[in-house]
Amino acid sequence: MWGRRARAGGHVPVTCPRKTGGTGSGKNGLIMTARAIARTAAKHFFLILGGFVMLLPFLWMVGTSLEQGGFSNYVEAWTKVPFGRYFLNTLLVTVLVVFGVLVTSSLAAYSFATMKYRGRDMLFLLFLSTMMVPQPVYLAPSYVILAKLGWINTYAALIVPWVANVFSIFLLRQHFRTIPISLYEAAILDGCSRLKYLWKVVLPLSKSVIITVLLFNIISSWNSFMWPLVVTHSEELRVLQVGLSYFNQEQSSNHQLLMAASTFSTLPLIVLFLAAQKRIVASYSRSGIKD
Amino acid sequence: MRVRVQGYPLRTKSRKSRIEPYLYILPALLVVLVFRTLPILSSFTASFTDYDIGGFHGFVGLDNYARMLSDARFWQSVINTLFFVIGVVPAGIIFPLFLAILLRGKLAGKGFYRTIYFLPVVTSAVAISVVWTWLYNPEAGPINRIITALGGDPLLWLREPRGIFEMMLAPIGIHPKGILAGPSLALVSLMGVSVWKSAGYNTVLFLAGLENIPNTYYEAAKLDGAGKWGTFRHITWPLLSPTTYYVLIMSTIISFKTFALVYVMTPPPGGGPLGTTNVIVFYLFQKAFDRFDIGYASAISVFLFLVLLGLTMIQRKVAGRKVHYGS
Repeated sequence: MWGRRARAGGHVPVTCPRKTGGTGSGKNGLIMTARAIARTAAKHFFLILGGFVMLLPFLWMVGTSLEQGGFSNYVEAWTKVPFGRYFLNTLLVTVLVVFGVLVTSSLAAYSFATMKYRGRDMLFLLFLSTMMVPQPVYLAPSYVILAKLGWINTYAALIVPWVANVFSIFLLRQHFRTIPISLYEAAILDGCSRLKYLWKVVLPLSKSVIITVLLFNIISSWNSFMWPLVVTHSEELRVLQVGLSYFNQEQSSNHQLLMAASTFSTLPLIVLFLAAQKRIVASYSRSGIKD
Repeated sequence: MRVRVQGYPLRTKSRKSRIEPYLYILPALLVVLVFRTLPILSSFTASFTDYDIGGFHGFVGLDNYARMLSDARFWQSVINTLFFVIGVVPAGIIFPLFLAILLRGKLAGKGFYRTIYFLPVVTSAVAISVVWTWLYNPEAGPINRIITALGGDPLLWLREPRGIFEMMLAPIGIHPKGILAGPSLALVSLMGVSVWKSAGYNTVLFLAGLENIPNTYYEAAKLDGAGKWGTFRHITWPLLSPTTYYVLIMSTIISFKTFALVYVMTPPPGGGPLGTTNVIVFYLFQKAFDRFDIGYASAISVFLFLVLLGLTMIQRKVAGRKVHYGS
């Protein structure tokens, strides 16, 4: 019955202050305390069990990587194929993509959020509509377009198509709109240029959402796989994920080397995650995106 | 809700300031037009052509779609994908919801647990696949070693083409065939990895949803003498429904798009033992980039898009009626 009341919303029965188990005294209080402790212990039991399941594959990864030869497995994996090159490629692509996304998204979001002009809402809708279509759907035609541009197997193919990110534009626009427009109008009247206002006022007021955009794009760029697999062929252009996938096929029976390579491939992002985990978790849960 | 548009007046300003707003959009617009809108529209157009390794030859009407109907490998990929979605989505709701309920409220070590659960989410699908391939290794992998140590029979995991119902019912003499045999153990192994990888993300979403439910409801339930299950059934579940609905849609879409796990753990050319882990995106990928059959691959893309669109609409209709968005 109270269930229905809860669902209807609003009607909350009057609650009177109650003593809780912990502050109670006498026999009753003791029993309640014991029960509360047992309940907390049971909670932790299941949570630790869950944590163990989540962590175990990582522990096995590191454990196996150190079997038979220890750290030398890492050296061997690193030198067997040019992982150094893969790392640099990934780093280059990630840095340029993230930089590009920040520039193009701030500009576009600023325009969408503060300026008024013909076709603005149509353009915004055009941007949003592309978010509805998952990447695999338009992968094949993208390849053909890149081929026409002569970009197959180039850094341009890895970078240029990703220097704009509609979701980032959307996030930034939502935030930019919370900055009072009167501030903008006053600044423009005072002769402040639009670009200067973006740089001096809007961006400094948006640090938190910019960091969110930054982290999302670092993670997705670093982990992207299908696209680089399709648009590059030569070993010099391989990014880490593609290199690791080939290494997995070539060394399929050499488990120690594979686990060593997996460990050093995942390490940078794990470190980034641990350093910024609060912000990353909060951003993911607030904006609700995944890949 | 219409948002009042304020800002720069259209007229009275110089020409420069009139084109200025467009210049701000231009860089993003160019990329979006050339690398999103154009290929999206092309995939519809290309599905009516015989575009292949030799380029465009001509329009072929609905030939590619007709070919899909009679392509056994395509239907296998559809069924495998459905198995995958039906297996992964509920598990990806039940376990994370359970963990989130445990994490709700004040708890020592909450941040620590959340960090650990989230770790697989930010780790690349490729690295995770490489690691799990080793864990599932039939000869020396840790999972089979544990099973053997406990006195069980080792399994083939990613190399097992038999359906799981077939495997479970074989000892009692029942041998289901076809779809009734269920997804292969190889596919189920992939599902396990998928649930494991996204569990932390769903847990965090559920936790945020749970903590949005006002505590007064729980206090009221307690006063009314509601039990654990009653509280869950009548308060948590209905009030959490927007989150559950969101997780449901997101997980369904993500499961339909699964590629990296399949590609790395059961690498081409097969798509797993006897093609039993061949899912739609994997098949599409093979048609497009091994055979360079762009026309046919585009038809499969359009099919995938329509299925996802349809599912989202059905879910919106069905779940929309039951979802409680609060007052």
